[in-house]
Amino acid sequence: MTTLEATEAIVDLSTEMDRPGLSLVPVPHEERLDLEPGEDLIRRGDVDAWGRSERVRGLSRALYSPIYKYWFRVEWEGLENVPTDGGALLVSNHAGAIPSDAPAIMHGIETELHRAVYGMAEYLFRSLPVVGTLWSRVGGVPAHPDNAYRLLHDDKQLVLVFPEGSKGTGKQFRDRYRLRRFGRGGFVEIAMRSGVPVIPIAVVGAEESMPTLFKSRSVAAMLNIPYFPITANMLAFGPAGILGYFPSKFKIRVLPPVYFDVPANQERYPRALVMDESERIREQIQEALYEMLRARRNVWLG
Amino acid sequence: MRVLVTGLGTFWGSRLAQWLESLDFVDVIVGLDTTEPRLPLERTEFVKADSDYSILDRIVRATQVDTVLHTHLVVDSTELSGRALHEINVIGTMNLLAAAGASGSSVRKVIVKGSTLLYGANYQDPYFFREPMERTRAPKTRVERSLLDASAFLRDFAIDNPHVTVTKLRFSNVLGDDIETPFSKALRLPVVPEILGFDPRLQFVHEDDVTGALGYATTHDVPGTYNVAGDGTVPWSEVCAIVGKRRVPLPPLLTSWAAEPLRLLRILDLPPEVLSLLRYGRGVDNSPFKRAGFRYRYSTAGTIDAFARSLRLETAIGDKNPTYQYERDVETFFRHSPAVVRDGATT
Repeated sequence: MTTLEATEAIVDLSTEMDRPGLSLVPVPHEERLDLEPGEDLIRRGDVDAWGRSERVRGLSRALYSPIYKYWFRVEWEGLENVPTDGGALLVSNHAGAIPSDAPAIMHGIETELHRAVYGMAEYLFRSLPVVGTLWSRVGGVPAHPDNAYRLLHDDKQLVLVFPEGSKGTGKQFRDRYRLRRFGRGGFVEIAMRSGVPVIPIAVVGAEESMPTLFKSRSVAAMLNIPYFPITANMLAFGPAGILGYFPSKFKIRVLPPVYFDVPANQERYPRALVMDESERIREQIQEALYEMLRARRNVWLG
Repeated sequence: MRVLVTGLGTFWGSRLAQWLESLDFVDVIVGLDTTEPRLPLERTEFVKADSDYSILDRIVRATQVDTVLHTHLVVDSTELSGRALHEINVIGTMNLLAAAGASGSSVRKVIVKGSTLLYGANYQDPYFFREPMERTRAPKTRVERSLLDASAFLRDFAIDNPHVTVTKLRFSNVLGDDIETPFSKALRLPVVPEILGFDPRLQFVHEDDVTGALGYATTHDVPGTYNVAGDGTVPWSEVCAIVGKRRVPLPPLLTSWAAEPLRLLRILDLPPEVLSLLRYGRGVDNSPFKRAGFRYRYSTAGTIDAFARSLRLETAIGDKNPTYQYERDVETFFRHSPAVVRDGATT
């Protein structure tokens, strides 16, 4: 987009601004919400505009490190496919009743590449006391499209999404490693609008770390949560199984970046194109998963 | 320029009238309110009105004002009863716009001081509201509903009167030396309430930036709706840390019940819309108004720091801003004393 076009887009928007229900049009802009000179003298903490605190994140990395190294023994492949600068949308499969993949991916990229990763998740977290605050301090952000756009386009950060959402984590063990529907392809649209590539990621091991054997719809409805699982961990460890993972071997493969041949900052993108790209990325991850499973000799040893 | 200021008796109305008086190209300033102006004004003409501004039509016709500064939207629900608030925000705005849009009206510019309270605060909200976005949940409080109603009137007015420049400014929580808000009151207490387990991201705008923004819209043509908030967000725990106050938790469940004794003991009134801010916080995108040319003097953290400084001075000497009176006297001297040489000639 040329400067003139960008200016026109802004002028357009300002006249359209008062129309109610107008769909969200991100406006390109150069200015960022950076700290002003002298601001660092005022601030008492390091919580950024997204609620993430590098200090808290560092502490949680230190606590999680032994689990990462000795429990799950996470192994990476293709880490060079994650860009070292600029925004990128990391897209992964999602598994485990309480997903164990998100912390593993975030920890790995942050320690190996020294880049912050913001994890997009359910709004629900934000409504919970203590949990919601902690979740936000370690890099969790509610999965609002505009939040993702700002992080990717304005702040040029790495953003991790699980397009399967709770359909991925809520699936039963018999459906393991079979990807669910990738939502409505919203993640592709966000990447296109932000002008960033999608980095597909395939995770093997999370499914076996906390397999769901049964689900109770009535309890879930009662507690107003997406699903209520009875996991193998609960049967094995009792109440401790709610957070006790099995030590399955984690293997994470990063696939080559997917770039989209469309201009950024459009109001909408052809639905057919979005769905095609979404399906293509889903297939890539599915293929990678099958390939990795073919090579895996043992769930616990890899 | 002939200006009508509504809400002259409010903090903002008085401040703006004072500023308008200093401008040469402002010929006439008419101020409207139910109460007397808070600051001494020189050439502003004060008209005492009903709360619903029913006499506005006649005033606009008689004074032939071209600019209307509507500063009278009540945002702090602890100030007034729900009914009075509705009367001022909804009926007052309706009558004001009816007068400004009457056939043969001389009004060419309407500037409204609104609030980001309109967006609400909820866990499904985006982290930064853009102006075209709407709140994610229907409003529960009267003040929020009245602000939405007033906003709808303004939207219709802008459509019906394309020859009028309509600027709607939505200000986030204000802090400053003089203004009293539920947040400034809370931060003046020896211990400051928080909701257990929540540490929301908040944005503040300095009172000087509020008057600055309203002034900027008066002297420039910036049609449209704009958020006005200091850069960045700061968590509530850090706000309290900068001001140097300890926090005391309210329970996350039945919070409004727990806050009720504070109100009854007249310690602190935390209405529902403020409690939801203390739970979920709110951020708005302030970049469109910056692109329209406005420059902020304070960021969010800078605003909190300025507030903390004035609070420390206040506790030290028991006066909020002792330099203010002095400056105003000097200003009066420069403007009116026969001893001052103006335009190369004594008056």
